[in-house]
Amino acid sequence: MTAPAPFPRAMLRVSRALAAAVLTATPLCAGAAEPAPIPVGLVAALSGQSAVSGEAITRGLAVAIDEINQAGGVLGRPLTLVRRDDESNPGKGIAAARELISREHVAAFFGGIDTPVSIALVPIANKEKTPFIGVWAAGTGITRNGATPNYVFRVSAVDALVDQRLLRYAVTIAKAQHPGLMLIDNPWGESNHAGLEAAAKSAGVSLAGAETFETGDTDMIAQLTRLKAAGADAIILVGNVAPAAEVIRSLDRMGWNVPVISHWGISGGRFPELAGPSAEKVAFVQTYSFFKSSAKGEAVLAELEKKYPTIKGPEDIIAPVGTADAYDAMHLLALAIAKAGTTDGPAIQAALEALPPYDGLIKRYAPAFTAANHDALGADDYIIVHFAENKIVPVE
Amino acid sequence: MFAASLVSGLAIGAMYGLLALGYHVTWVVSRSVNFAQGSVMMLGAVIAFSLLVTLGWPMPFAIAAAVLGCAGFGIVLERIAVRPFRARGSESWLMATVAAGILVENAAMFLFGKEPRGMPSALARHPIMLFGVGVLPLHIAILLTGLGLAGAFLVATRATPYGKALLAVVQNPRAAQLMGIDAAKVTVFAYALSSALAGLAGVLIAPLTNVAADMGFVFGIKGFAAAILGGLDNPWGVVLAGLLLGLAEASVTAFAGSGATVMASFGLVILALYLRPHGLFGRALARKV
Repeated sequence: MTAPAPFPRAMLRVSRALAAAVLTATPLCAGAAEPAPIPVGLVAALSGQSAVSGEAITRGLAVAIDEINQAGGVLGRPLTLVRRDDESNPGKGIAAARELISREHVAAFFGGIDTPVSIALVPIANKEKTPFIGVWAAGTGITRNGATPNYVFRVSAVDALVDQRLLRYAVTIAKAQHPGLMLIDNPWGESNHAGLEAAAKSAGVSLAGAETFETGDTDMIAQLTRLKAAGADAIILVGNVAPAAEVIRSLDRMGWNVPVISHWGISGGRFPELAGPSAEKVAFVQTYSFFKSSAKGEAVLAELEKKYPTIKGPEDIIAPVGTADAYDAMHLLALAIAKAGTTDGPAIQAALEALPPYDGLIKRYAPAFTAANHDALGADDYIIVHFAENKIVPVE
Repeated sequence: MFAASLVSGLAIGAMYGLLALGYHVTWVVSRSVNFAQGSVMMLGAVIAFSLLVTLGWPMPFAIAAAVLGCAGFGIVLERIAVRPFRARGSESWLMATVAAGILVENAAMFLFGKEPRGMPSALARHPIMLFGVGVLPLHIAILLTGLGLAGAFLVATRATPYGKALLAVVQNPRAAQLMGIDAAKVTVFAYALSSALAGLAGVLIAPLTNVAADMGFVFGIKGFAAAILGGLDNPWGVVLAGLLLGLAEASVTAFAGSGATVMASFGLVILALYLRPHGLFGRALARKV
């Protein structure tokens, strides 16, 4: 048996020096440590047919967080974004939100494009007393959910108001007398069905009919044929990218050249690629366009260009509504946390309902929310746009 | 009035038929089926899209490479997920092929991304009017390909020595081996052919729908439904059953709305099998004891 080799003297010296360095450096490190960041969450579609929407929201939040952190953070602490992919699936969204609240201890969290996911997150936000700010999903019932206190806020469109706008555009600009409805068969489609019928009733317009389609449908000719036979002279479309693109391709196959006015689900993915050249004919609603020039708009655009080198101008912003809504929502949340003086959910909720006026990217919020109204944007804040070679540009 | 959606139903049905033909090929040769068939179909579409759009290959090369790639996948699948289990007389190939399909789907999600993409095709751009109905040239191409391949397969198995060798293996593997037919090779060939058919279905259907990592699952199930409905032993039967399933779906969508499609079409499959347990075009084999 051989004796163990003696620990080399040189090695011993090195380890002593290292130990000394660690001991002397530790108090210094503790003294210079950054204050603990305030985590804010995002539960959105980061993959799947609406992945682009999640990326757009992330960009808006990231640019706002950079600005806030550069100005010293909130309550002297930097903000940090914790993202979770809901894969457009309510079950996965619920698990993600629970995890963000219980493990990541987020002060508040933002939502994504899918109304069914956001609807599923409403009871969690209210039960856990954690503010949930929607920045895309437009389902009316998300904010108008009947809870008191209500922890759900939104800086985005509201279906009931979007529906009025879509109908007004169909009647006044597209000169339609009997618009037909093509709606996705899910809670978002139902929310808009009710909204469009109410809007038509109050405007004295008779609808040609309402048809539904499933996400995986590969042919919409049957539904469209029924609408055509019922005398539809415009189509109001509510659906996400893939099935909405199928509606447009089916119209092409039928050779039916009819105006299509769409809710904004089509702006969350590769709609022009999937729908083909006719994608450009579809007019749809947005809350913001980076083509609208304003000092704040240009400043945010410059920040986006700096942070994401693929952005060279307003036409490169993949889904402007997600980015703009998220940007304003993040700033409003930061104001609320500062006003609350704490990251406790109930205090932030109360502060959100009593914010001072704020000059945002989309508009001047005066104020953004009240106890009775948790929607920061109204019907007058919407604009109508279309795709022009993959870019979203205003119709006018 | 709904003629256009019936044409599209026929085209989708022809795809079910191609997948069903794939199930049939391996079944007649080895009494096993590849439950990853739907995923292989997706693989065909994803390979073709990547070569055509991402790498800019010419269309014929991209399609050929996709179909060959799928055939190669079939060979590997037979080697690792079917042969070891069949050699031991186990039926575990059933689960092994399902697992292989899920594996391929997740690998595609990881490598290709989860976002659906649009496959460009000159045949899917401008509809032509046939008897007042807008039909895409691709619809006709798909229908002809489906029927043509079923016909070719029937002729090949009945009239060529290779085809006869294929069928001989299932009738009596030992006797076939004594006659100089390599049963193992024939089975590998059947899996390659079956996967190539699925890959071709994926390439053909992609311009009509989207290319996505999860596009194959439902197609795979419906293709199997068509195979069972048509009678797994009958090549014409499975293709015709695919067409019938596609037509039934289009008709239900046309008259009752798309929410009822899946319920009604699978309800019809169960009813048809209740009335004809060996499939619409199958025959009960006499079992000798």
